[in-house]
Amino acid sequence: MSAIDELYQEMIIEHNRNPRNFRTIDDATHTAEGFNPICGDHFHVYLTVDAEGRIEDIAFEGKGCAISKASASMMTQILKGKTETEARELFDQFHKLATGELDPDQQGKDLGKLAVFSGVSKFPARVKCAVLSWHTMSSALDHVKVISTE
Amino acid sequence: MTSTSTLQAAAGAPAATRYDVQRVRAQFPALAQTIYENKPLVYLDNAATTLKPTPVVDVIAKHYAMEASNIHRGLHYLSERATQAYEGARRRVAGFINAESEAEIIFTSGTTAAINLVALGHEALLRKGDEIVISHMEHHSNIVPWQMLRDRLGVVLKVVPINDDGELILEAYEKMLSPRTRIVSMNYVSNSLGTVNPIKAVVDAARAAGAITLVDAAQAVSTRPVDVQALGCDFLAFSGHKLFGPTGVGVLYGRRERLEAMPPVFGGGDMIANVTFDKTTYNTIPHKFEAGTANIAGVIGLGRAVEYVQALGLGPIAEHEADLLGYATQRLSDVPGVRIIGTAGDKVAIISFIVGDVHAHDVGSILDQDGVAIRAGHHCTQPVMDRFGVPATARASFSIYNTRTDVDALVSAVTKVKDLFG
Repeated sequence: MSAIDELYQEMIIEHNRNPRNFRTIDDATHTAEGFNPICGDHFHVYLTVDAEGRIEDIAFEGKGCAISKASASMMTQILKGKTETEARELFDQFHKLATGELDPDQQGKDLGKLAVFSGVSKFPARVKCAVLSWHTMSSALDHVKVISTE
Repeated sequence: MTSTSTLQAAAGAPAATRYDVQRVRAQFPALAQTIYENKPLVYLDNAATTLKPTPVVDVIAKHYAMEASNIHRGLHYLSERATQAYEGARRRVAGFINAESEAEIIFTSGTTAAINLVALGHEALLRKGDEIVISHMEHHSNIVPWQMLRDRLGVVLKVVPINDDGELILEAYEKMLSPRTRIVSMNYVSNSLGTVNPIKAVVDAARAAGAITLVDAAQAVSTRPVDVQALGCDFLAFSGHKLFGPTGVGVLYGRRERLEAMPPVFGGGDMIANVTFDKTTYNTIPHKFEAGTANIAGVIGLGRAVEYVQALGLGPIAEHEADLLGYATQRLSDVPGVRIIGTAGDKVAIISFIVGDVHAHDVGSILDQDGVAIRAGHHCTQPVMDRFGVPATARASFSIYNTRTDVDALVSAVTKVKDLFG
């Protein structure tokens, strides 16, 4: 598979076209806004976290490239039902996957389908696209309202 | 370049035979390389920065290897050589833009620093309620320094609108001028739209209103002859790196009386005549504005780049690029889903475009894998993106060494975007 086909795997193209949980949550317990001033990607992430720290609901909306949008979409799928702690652990693993520090065949089995983002590691300029929504999610959990990545 | 020549080019007229593009390409070793899996490099990011020809690289290497020394202060052989090369570059630049005197040429770190220098240099002359006029198509470097002044001094920043083709609305500009207008700062050529502004008319109207004029010529000087005396502007700024010269060096031209009236902004060595703890007297222009050890190698490289452009001739360059613009515009327009942003009648060879609803960064990555280097993003012109309702565009910008084959490679890669994203 060429590097570009590895980057734009069918699942990524599909999530870009039909993003899941692409909506707002009016009574969210945690929200944050993430943007990348260099490329203009801009997302809001909404979470409803229960008293036990479990993510009951998570959604996003905004504008960005296929990588950032698909990443946000698949993040919402995997995080629903997870605890805050699990969410942070997954972010750490996903970050390592995107930067090529984690081999999805050996480690990071928890990431499941998110392994399709391993191709991003060959495109250093696009790593920030893949991790933007994750940074935003983590900021929301930290009660930081606005974050920006470059 | 006029709209007529663009139309002729679009109709398929070949580039003028006297312009030998292969000979030009031979001077740019970067173009001879292949990238990724043996893809020839197709460099179409010239509006961000141009490649550097061998003579420019050589003269910089020669300075560092053989005559590295400080200027204006050494009594020794090397210092004298470096000073001569540095001041020779100043004369070369003065001639290039037809300044009346080389004393009107100040070397800066680039266009951004030059604009900031003018802004800061006029801080003491501005009063609350005074007006500064810019356009909607300015680079951030010609927006933010004025906003910073506005926020400090309470001056008013007025923005001239642009039409759907990305052209300045001149009538709106003229109505905007008032007795309170102190500074008009506008780009000659838009870096994101390619629009060539009617800059002479802009300057004339500003002068009639008694305003100081600053022309951002960063995107202009590599594409057309610029004559500061014919334009009648007070200040004009450009960078070396968009003119086949090194990064980190640029020029602020200022009319003598304006420069003499402007206080220095940076204090330090070289900009002084005499220093005591009680009082410092300043050096004459241009040195008054060049505090500290300059980017000596950069200035020498810029001088060589100017010489290189002069030898090619801006007339033949403009003709060559008009052909590429016409051909690329036509071929890209033929790709379904491609929309060109910036369709001014008078344009340089810069084409901003979007491919369906595919984000520009995805377009950029796909083109890059085919060896085609473009810029994707807002091009430091976010208000332009907002004006056209897009978050970002892909931008192909052509220069002296590009060919119709490069255009074909671009179009073929854009077609792959369509295939991948459906």
